[in-house]
Amino acid sequence: MSTQSALQRKPRPISTALYRHPKGRLASLLTLPMTWLVGVYILSLAIMLVTAFWTTDPFTSRVKPGFTLDNFAQLATVPAYGMTALRTLGIALAVTLICAAFSVPLAVFMSQVAGPKLRAVLAVLVTLPLWAGYLVKVIGMRLVWTENGFFNWALEPLGISGPGFGVLTVTLTLVYLWFPYMAIPVYTAVAQIPPNLFDASSDLGARGFRTIRTVVAPLLMPSLIAGSIFTFSLSLGDYISAMYVGGSTQMIGSIIAQNINLNPPLAAAFSFVPIVLVIVYLGAVRRTGALNNL
Amino acid sequence: MNKKLLAAPIAMAAALGLALTGCSTDGGTAAGGDGGLQIDVPDVPMMEKLGANEKELNIVAWSGFVEPAWADKFTADTGCVVNRKVAATSDEMVQLMRTGEYDLVSASGDASLRLIVDGNVQPLNTELIPNFGDDIVEGMKGQLYDTLNGNVYGIPIGRGANILEYNSEVVTETPDSWSVVWEKDSPYAGKIAAYDSPIYIADAAIYLMEHQPDLGITNPYALDQEQLKAATELLKQQNAMVSEYWSPATNVTSFTGGNSVVGTSWEVLRKATQDEKFKSVLPKEGATGWSDAWMLATDSKSPNCAYAWMDYTSAPDVNGAIAMNFGMGPANGAFCELSDEAKAHCDYFNATDEEYYKQVWFWTTPIDQCLDGRTDVKCTNYQDWTNAWATVKG
Repeated sequence: MSTQSALQRKPRPISTALYRHPKGRLASLLTLPMTWLVGVYILSLAIMLVTAFWTTDPFTSRVKPGFTLDNFAQLATVPAYGMTALRTLGIALAVTLICAAFSVPLAVFMSQVAGPKLRAVLAVLVTLPLWAGYLVKVIGMRLVWTENGFFNWALEPLGISGPGFGVLTVTLTLVYLWFPYMAIPVYTAVAQIPPNLFDASSDLGARGFRTIRTVVAPLLMPSLIAGSIFTFSLSLGDYISAMYVGGSTQMIGSIIAQNINLNPPLAAAFSFVPIVLVIVYLGAVRRTGALNNL
Repeated sequence: MNKKLLAAPIAMAAALGLALTGCSTDGGTAAGGDGGLQIDVPDVPMMEKLGANEKELNIVAWSGFVEPAWADKFTADTGCVVNRKVAATSDEMVQLMRTGEYDLVSASGDASLRLIVDGNVQPLNTELIPNFGDDIVEGMKGQLYDTLNGNVYGIPIGRGANILEYNSEVVTETPDSWSVVWEKDSPYAGKIAAYDSPIYIADAAIYLMEHQPDLGITNPYALDQEQLKAATELLKQQNAMVSEYWSPATNVTSFTGGNSVVGTSWEVLRKATQDEKFKSVLPKEGATGWSDAWMLATDSKSPNCAYAWMDYTSAPDVNGAIAMNFGMGPANGAFCELSDEAKAHCDYFNATDEEYYKQVWFWTTPIDQCLDGRTDVKCTNYQDWTNAWATVKG
């Protein structure tokens, strides 16, 4: 009997080999993602960052390997660079806060108050901007914020004029661009809150705002933080908004873009600034423990 | 004004002469301090004779320089399929040419020296380009940015000035000076458009040349540390009044949207507003400008097609078509005689008016050697300008 069943069993060389060699199993699983992660993702990033220590021929703007800290010294000593980094940080934080402030009530309304039809319409409205190209959206914002644009036309009867191009318009544009990245995770989190928690909160006498603060907010923290990582880091790196609606506003990305052809090492050195800011931000987030729940 | 403008080319010619003798002895790069402008150029051979046309031609060009309206006929005539890559800035063009994937570039003066000195482009045999002849307008021949050490590196396409554009409904009196964009008491503060590039520093230098002669600026592309500092200060003063730093993508809506009412611009962009209330003027201080030329890659895979293209686009009608499409003065003056329309275009862009273009300082790459012939100081290079530009925008 036993010999017969052994004969019936068809040999499976690959699975047998993988079963016998756990290391081979591991290797075959990881080769593909690691090739991508190390070969394409990390390597190109590393090569770019190494350039920060190289020099540029001032005449031909050709990059020459070497080792210098001059590019970093420039970042530290030129006040304009520090100012630009601070301004960019401020814009990124403002964008994140505004996105969060709008996301929470919207998510609560969508998942707890709105009927299925309205919920679907709102979901489409939130994600609608994702369907359009990034540049199209920025230029759209440019057109509505010009002196003769929609907002000034609409505000004119009230005797108010819009902010024009500048830091405020850049912030609003970035909120418009990145809002879905905050709203979607927050909505998903709210939708997962069992409805009876709201009932319980209501039974205990809490009104809407108190329920949001004491029941919803703690449960939302992880997704708010996940969303904030998007809005914060995407805003830090953006330069096209500054170009189209910034007027004379300069951001970190503007300086990188200005130097990317003429002085790539300085651009690479400057790209350390958002990296450091994001690392500091993630460190602060980690201390809150929110990342453990992601 | 004319006198000092003439001084620069003479100084350049003299410096080039020195460079020729200097290079033969030390063969190195700029030896600063002993002979003015010395530029060591890699030894790239020139084509001696033409062969059979290749199948395709890859061109990096400004938007509007390579269009089916004339490229298709070229393909039909020569069998060379034209692939166009549009670049938005000179810096981008330089980077693209270094990838080795392109045969030709429509380089402006602020890119050409970099391409020549880095060995990215080859000297051209003008005998193989019969259309490059006597009809090429005087001011576009043998400029520093395309002719070096007696070799021609660029075949001129066209030129234009960076004019002062204004909204005539708001700026009712025709401005005759750049002071409306530079002076603190400008009535248009907050509505001023400025070009978003380090090369815009030259615009400030031109204004200083006239209004602060003590600085001793004689060429806006040859600024020593002190002069660059003064120009940067002027730009910082302007920064508070700027409505917008424009790129070609934002210039038109900046004016039509009402955010800017006066500022530097290009004729082609003014035209694109399609509104006659936007007018242009070349102020009395003079202006920066650009002069573009075809340049052939050192490692071009299709040099024969490239030569054919340079010849084709130097013909009066094709050259004129490019100039009319882009909105600039054509390089080939014979175009102006072809028709009334051509004549009107040439008149509008002062195509053959050398007196007009004597007021225009064509973009040139600022380099360590002072282009105005000074040897007692080191000038600032384009990287210094780029760094200074970041401080202007703070």
